[in-house]
Order: sequence, then C-alpha cells, then structure tokens
Amino acid sequence: MFQIRIHGRGGQGVVTAAELLSMAAFEEGRHAQAFPSFGSERMGAPVVSFCRLDDREIRLREPVQEPDALIIQDPTLLQSVDVFSGLSPAGYILINSRRSYEELGIAEFVAKFPAHHVCNLGATELALQYVGRPLPNAALLGGFAAISGEMHIESVTGAIMEKFPGAVGEANATAARQAFSEVAQHQPEERTAAC
Amino acid sequence: MLKQLEGSQAVAEAVAFCRPEVVCAYPITPQTHIVEGVGALVKAGTLENCEYINVESEFAALSVAIGASAAGARAYTATASQGLLFMAEAVYNAAGLGLPIVMTIGNRAIGAPINIWNDHTDSMSMKDSGWIQLFAENNQEAVDLHIQAFRLAEELSCPVMVCMDGFILTHAYERIDVPAQEEVDAFLPPFEPVQVLDPVEPYSIGAMVGPDAFTEVRYLAHDKQLQALRLIPEIAEVFKDVFGRESGGLLHPYRTEDAETVVIALGSVNGTIKEVIDQMRDDGAAIGSLSICSFRPFPYQAIAAALAGAKRVVVIEKSLAPGHGGMVASDVRMALGQKDIPVYTAIAGLGGRPITAASLMEVFTAAAEDRLPDMQFLDLDYAAVEHEIARARATRRSGPTAENVLRQLSPRHPAAKI
Repeated sequence: MFQIRIHGRGGQGVVTAAELLSMAAFEEGRHAQAFPSFGSERMGAPVVSFCRLDDREIRLREPVQEPDALIIQDPTLLQSVDVFSGLSPAGYILINSRRSYEELGIAEFVAKFPAHHVCNLGATELALQYVGRPLPNAALLGGFAAISGEMHIESVTGAIMEKFPGAVGEANATAARQAFSEVAQHQPEERTAAC
Repeated sequence: MLKQLEGSQAVAEAVAFCRPEVVCAYPITPQTHIVEGVGALVKAGTLENCEYINVESEFAALSVAIGASAAGARAYTATASQGLLFMAEAVYNAAGLGLPIVMTIGNRAIGAPINIWNDHTDSMSMKDSGWIQLFAENNQEAVDLHIQAFRLAEELSCPVMVCMDGFILTHAYERIDVPAQEEVDAFLPPFEPVQVLDPVEPYSIGAMVGPDAFTEVRYLAHDKQLQALRLIPEIAEVFKDVFGRESGGLLHPYRTEDAETVVIALGSVNGTIKEVIDQMRDDGAAIGSLSICSFRPFPYQAIAAALAGAKRVVVIEKSLAPGHGGMVASDVRMALGQKDIPVYTAIAGLGGRPITAASLMEVFTAAAEDRLPDMQFLDLDYAAVEHEIARARATRRSGPTAENVLRQLSPRHPAAKI
C-alpha cells in the first residue's frame, strides 16, 4: 500500500487533489481510497486530505499517520503544522514553492531523504500561467506523478479531464503536464523512462 | 460498472435507480452530498417522475415523506445527527403507521457539545423506534443496502434506515460497482402499498388506539421486525443472484471458525478490524470478527450461533449510553443467553476520534489474555478527565465541562499534557 497525505488551506483544493489521485489510480486498474480530514474545511484554515493506493481492496479506515508521500500545497504551513509527522524515511516530499529548502528552513530535514524524493515546485506560478488562477492542484499532481512514479501522467490528466470536462480541465491538464516534465528532468533516468 | 466515486454520490445514484417518486431534501452534514446528488439527477432528467421537495426542516422532511408514502408514493429522505432528533416524533410515526420509507443516516455525533464528526449516537437514539436499521461496512455495501432497503421496506410495510458512517464513508472516494438500471428494475418491483389514502375511497390512517388494542398493535410491530429477520437474508440471496455479489444479510462473519476471541462492531470500522485480525492471525492468534449489518431487528440467534465456539467477545462501540455503557454489547450479552463468557466493551471513535489499527491491536491482544476491564474508552486521555474531575470537586462554580477540557488540552495552556 502507498499512502499520501496532502496539506493545504481551505479553498486550495486539498480534498479535490486526493480525489483526483484516487481517480488516476483507478484508471490504472488499482484500488484507491481518498478522504478528507473530515469537517471544518473553512477558507484559509489548514486542511488535510489522504489517499491510499493498493493493488487489492483497501479496508483500513484510519487517517494516514505514516505517509509514503507528502504534498504540501502551502509552504506557510511549515511554520504552523507538523506536516512531516510520521513520514517514512524513504518517503517523498513535494512542496509548492520556488524557494530553496534553506529559505524554507527545512534544508537539514530534507537532507535525510534521497535527493530525488524531495521536490520544490512553483505550482502556483504554473497555475497562474496555464489556468489563470492561483490553484496549484493540477501542477502538484503532475509533479507527484514525476517524483513518485506511482502513476502515469496520462492517468493524472485523464482524471482532471473527467472531473473538470472542457476548457478548465484542458488548462489544468496542461499545467499538470508542464509540471511533470519540469520535475521529471531532475529525476534519475530509469524513473523518468518508466513514467 | 466500476466507477471511482464519492460514497454520497454513489448512494445518490443507487437511490435514483430505485425510482423514488418523492424525495424530501433538507441539508445536514455529513449527508448533504446525498440529497444534493439526488437533486442533480432529478434536474438532469436522469431520475424521472420524481417530486423533489425542498422542505423547511428535518421534521418537515420526514412528515412530507410520511404523507407521500401514505398516498402510495415510494418516498426517500436522508438526515444525520440533530436532524434525526428533530424529526424524532415523525420517525416513530412512520414506523407506527407502517410506511415503507427509506432514509439514509450519515452517522454523526449528537451535541452538546456540538460536533459534526462521525459516531453512531444518532442512529442509536432511534434504535427502538420500530425502523429497521442496516449498517454499511463500506460504500459498496451502502449502495447495495439502499437497493435492498426499498424491497425490504415495501415487502414488510416497515421503514428502513440505512446507516453509513459520516465522512468516513459519505466523503470517501473508492471503487464502486454501480448497478445498471435494468438490474435494479429486475430486483425491485414497483411499489404496491398495503394502504393508500385516496379521496375517492376515504379512510383514516393513524387512528387513536386505546388500552384495549394498543398492546396488540405494538405486538404486531415487534412481529414485523421478527419477520424481517427471515426476510433480510432472503433478500440478500436474491440480490446476490441478480447482482452477483454478497451484500447485506444479518451478519458478516470474518475468520470466526475456530476463533476464541470474536470482535463485534457496526459499520466502517469493521474494515480496520479485519486488517488487525489478519495481522494477529499471521501471528497465530485465534481471532475473528462479526460485522452486524442488521442492528434492528437484532439477530439474536444468528449471533449466538456465530459465537458458539467463542471464549470471549470484544465489542467496539461507536456510541455511549451514559450511566449504562455500550448498547451493542448489552444486546450481544442477551444473545449469549446462558453462555457465560466475558463481553468486553470498548467505546471508540466518539465524535470522530480516529480508531487506529494500533489501538485496536492493543485492545484485542489484551482481550485474548483476558486482561481487559469490562468497559473502557479507547484512547481516553485519563489525565485530562481526572484533572477536570478534581477541578470540579474543588470549585463549586467550575464552569462548563467542554470548554474546560478544551482549555486544558490546548497546547498553550500551562496545565496541558500533565
């Protein structure tokens, strides 16, 4: 089982991101379970969502406490929420920020992880460029596909198009593809070849 | 057809396939997505010949459903938590009048203190109202139980609640085999009411009944539930024939053959329980579980039979009867009759507290060694409650309990984490 935890703020699409990941995995014939941290999803408040991927039925219903991957939609959460709690030592970290790990104050922490497992991506900038709104979701999901190798980028864009048919979906799918290729070029060759 | 769907959306589609003629909608978290979903299907024309009525309260929601059902329409509504309490009088009326309404409960705690998260206190508050109560273990079963519920309700002329865990199921996206309209049509015949209010042939429903006949009427309500004990497994069998999968029925036993310790629970926590049981079985423990699908009627005989070889029972209970303990555990004890084995109760998951596999593992391991108290609260912060009890004893005007506990558990409070 592969477990993902997504941290963001209400309004950024934290819950939708987990749903889209589950839809992408479903397109690849896998079992997937996505759920929110339940409840007070107010605009701007810290929100968490979860997604589990597996090749068999997923029966576990507890929140993801030991994630294999973290997607952090809002870097300001690094100061207020223990986003890294329980992260597997071989886990993946994807942060929506163009700032360096030193500037984000996490250089020492992320140094413990394999270098190609950690990625800072300007997802909001990509969203502004391709979607015209500061919604980093699609770009982050493209970035996730690239660092984790857990799903194909086509599955991610397929899920985006299914949930948001038409021009909005197209624009988001483009942002996801762009993010995927930006991140993939910094990945080891065998991984990008697989993607 | 396999789809990756939110539980609420899947249930909305299943309800629409059942062709309800009246749907009464009033929003309350966490069931709101369900009635919204049904509304969208009515608006899109997918669900035809359906009167979708936005009512002004939960009391109105069920009252309108009662009126519709008494006039011969297949009626559906959904609610949760305080909403179910607000319609309480109508809940008893629907059962007393023998109206086959189907209602989804998106299970949620009841205040005060206000809490929007999942537990089973809402359904438990109506367990003796005369409705059949079916609990879904996952979203596939939630879908399937709704389809079965209409057939069951209408065959018996008795209302059915389908209970699904709020958020944990209602808001979870998972793989669901969504049935085809033709399959549902083949399984669920059109509604033929046993009583219809009709101005052309007027008669009254809901007459006053005095001491001379009230006991007999109540006896018949009990008898209806006993008939359901036979009908629920029969309908699950027919369902399996039509849809090709097992869903519903009275109980779901899991690895109970040769099990010395049997865990019993309602609803979605059974998924986590099964994971823990698999791990413990790998380590050689003789443990299994029993998921109760039909809580009302309570399947006493089926449970007694399933526990025949058990040496102890652990009930994981998502509701608390203050001053009493666990309501499911108390029913299980009754099912055991003269068989004298320990029935341990763990009150868990109240107001959305996560029930983790690690905590369940600890409880089951302690149970297998018979070192559990009769009743415990899973993951209770003893320091916090003891601190509050001591404080309330020391000060007459100790203030509101909930706020005091919150203040104590706040990371900024000096007494936090004693």
